[in-house]
Amino acid sequence: MQAALSLSVKNLTKMFGNFTAVDNLTFDVEDGKFFSILGPSGCGKTTLLRMIAGFYQPDNGSVMIQNKDMKGIPPDKRPVNLVFQQLALFPMMNVYENIAFGLKRRGERGPEVKKKVNIMLERVGLPEYGSKKVTQLSGGQKQRVAIARCLVLEPEVLLLDEPLGALDAKLREHMKVELKKLQVKVGTTFVYITHDQSEAMVMSDYVAVMNSGHFEQLDTPQTLYNSPASSFVTQFVGENNKFSVNLVKDESNVFFAETKEGFRYHLSDSFNLQDSESFDMFVRPEAMIINPSRPKPNFNIINADVKAILFDGGNSRLLVTPEKSEEELIVALPQNRQFDYIQAKDSIKIGWDPDAAVYFKQADERIYKDEI
Amino acid sequence: MKSDRQPIRWSFFIFFIPVFLWLFLLIVLPHLELLRMSFLGSRTSTFTLNNYKAFFTEPIYWLTFVRTAMYSILVTFIVLVISLPVAFYITKISSFKLQGLLMVLILVPFWVSELIRVYGWMILLRESGVLNSFLVGIGIFKEPVEMLYNDVTMVMGLVYTSMLFMVVPIIGVMGNLDDSLIEAAHDLGAKKIVIWKEIIIPYCMPGIMSGSIIVFMLVLGSYLTPKLMGGKNALWFTEQIYNQIIVYFNWNQGSAFGFLLLLLSSLIIWIALKLTRQEFSKVVK
Repeated sequence: MQAALSLSVKNLTKMFGNFTAVDNLTFDVEDGKFFSILGPSGCGKTTLLRMIAGFYQPDNGSVMIQNKDMKGIPPDKRPVNLVFQQLALFPMMNVYENIAFGLKRRGERGPEVKKKVNIMLERVGLPEYGSKKVTQLSGGQKQRVAIARCLVLEPEVLLLDEPLGALDAKLREHMKVELKKLQVKVGTTFVYITHDQSEAMVMSDYVAVMNSGHFEQLDTPQTLYNSPASSFVTQFVGENNKFSVNLVKDESNVFFAETKEGFRYHLSDSFNLQDSESFDMFVRPEAMIINPSRPKPNFNIINADVKAILFDGGNSRLLVTPEKSEEELIVALPQNRQFDYIQAKDSIKIGWDPDAAVYFKQADERIYKDEI
Repeated sequence: MKSDRQPIRWSFFIFFIPVFLWLFLLIVLPHLELLRMSFLGSRTSTFTLNNYKAFFTEPIYWLTFVRTAMYSILVTFIVLVISLPVAFYITKISSFKLQGLLMVLILVPFWVSELIRVYGWMILLRESGVLNSFLVGIGIFKEPVEMLYNDVTMVMGLVYTSMLFMVVPIIGVMGNLDDSLIEAAHDLGAKKIVIWKEIIIPYCMPGIMSGSIIVFMLVLGSYLTPKLMGGKNALWFTEQIYNQIIVYFNWNQGSAFGFLLLLLSSLIIWIALKLTRQEFSKVVK
């Protein structure tokens, strides 16, 4: 049996002049799921969200919420609510009035409103905060009030427009976990847009990676990370080392990847770009093993110089340059004291299993325009 | 420590003294003199309350007073009702380029003196004026009608001359109103009227109040527009003061009226601030 769909988007398109912001998108979100749309700024994710909320009219296609077509229905009549990037709490009202605002617009009055607001305040961990002014709250508390203000209306879908963007790093880490726990607790479908891949991965059941108006891939975070479907996803989700290589064949008809310096690398069995001359090979930093002791026979091993140690606690990495090359590679540096002997300017060996690499045709697109 | 403080104090006095002299010589001192005169008899020069008594016993005086106050409140209200959508259009709807142009359009009439502006209205509205000849020309009126010298024209003139002083402070606060507040209210189920009532107007209240105070005081103390455009038999209270001082040469009576006007404007502003729960210090910012 198929699970009920909270949100169903079909062939959705939005143009601004000649610019296609959202390009023929089709996807479904099941009831009660945490669904993220991940993409760089300008990829059309905010436009998509605003069309679901009803602030923009699509040029083509439809938005269905709980199997009801939302065409022509204004934002105040849709069973969805939007948590704004700037939160948009009403500064002239206190916390209680902010949360009760939507209920009052529905004509609810009296003790019922009070009960609902207080239950919601408790649920987001802010009991006794009703009479506080919005300006008295910290960033994280404002966040929770903004979410409570929407959830109290029991929307079918809660839309969140990068609500963690304005918080500082430590609080953001904390709120990621809080938000995930809250979503599990209330069971409302969340549609969350962000440019931060870590936010999307940590919280979501499904992530759609969006690029110039279309979805590159829609999958679970694990699948996105381990088997990216395109060059864009590979580069945007998590870190990756990129090798631009040519395809060569040796005397016994075995394919190899050859760098412009002439190094040859083994390819995985699943390699399927046999018809292209050149391609990109991607290897995750954590797939790169420092000084491998007992490698498999087809392990790729290169000699490299350590340029710098990028110490960052559990996320520490080495910046290395393969010999005779200008390229820079990033290698995960496990902090289990095993590699404490490595110093900058040391020569080390780096190895990886060809099965851990992924291969895509060369794409000249850049994720960020200001990237060199 | 002492050598640190000395220069700061001097600079404070250098800036403070002109302000103090300006306030003291031009505002406080004349008012003290007016206050003293208002308690003196016009012939006897001894202490008396007759000047204030005359105000309450002569209906023409206090009727003019009430009329002036009522019309000033009405004009302030009309100006507010017109200014809110104008400010909203300029800050939220028009493009950045258009905003500048619209602001200039609002400012342009104020480059001309008030007298010229009022004469402009008179040229338009008088019996032999532009509007009359147009309406008679296209056959709507059979013969010219006198449109000047009545209360409606006067209110219109006062509204026109004080628009700017309401629009500018409202634009100041409305410009800071985050669009997402309006969208959030809409998203949470509010209709347009509710958004205005619950979000935009409360947010703009400091600007609305400071604009209202300026407009109210300007209208209450205006002389030219009510005199030139208003009805012949209905006086503005400033004209009563003018008549006492210039026509009857009764400075003492005029001073008493002046003080009553000052009390009235202070009282009405105080009540308005209390009613809207605004603080004076916030409004004047």
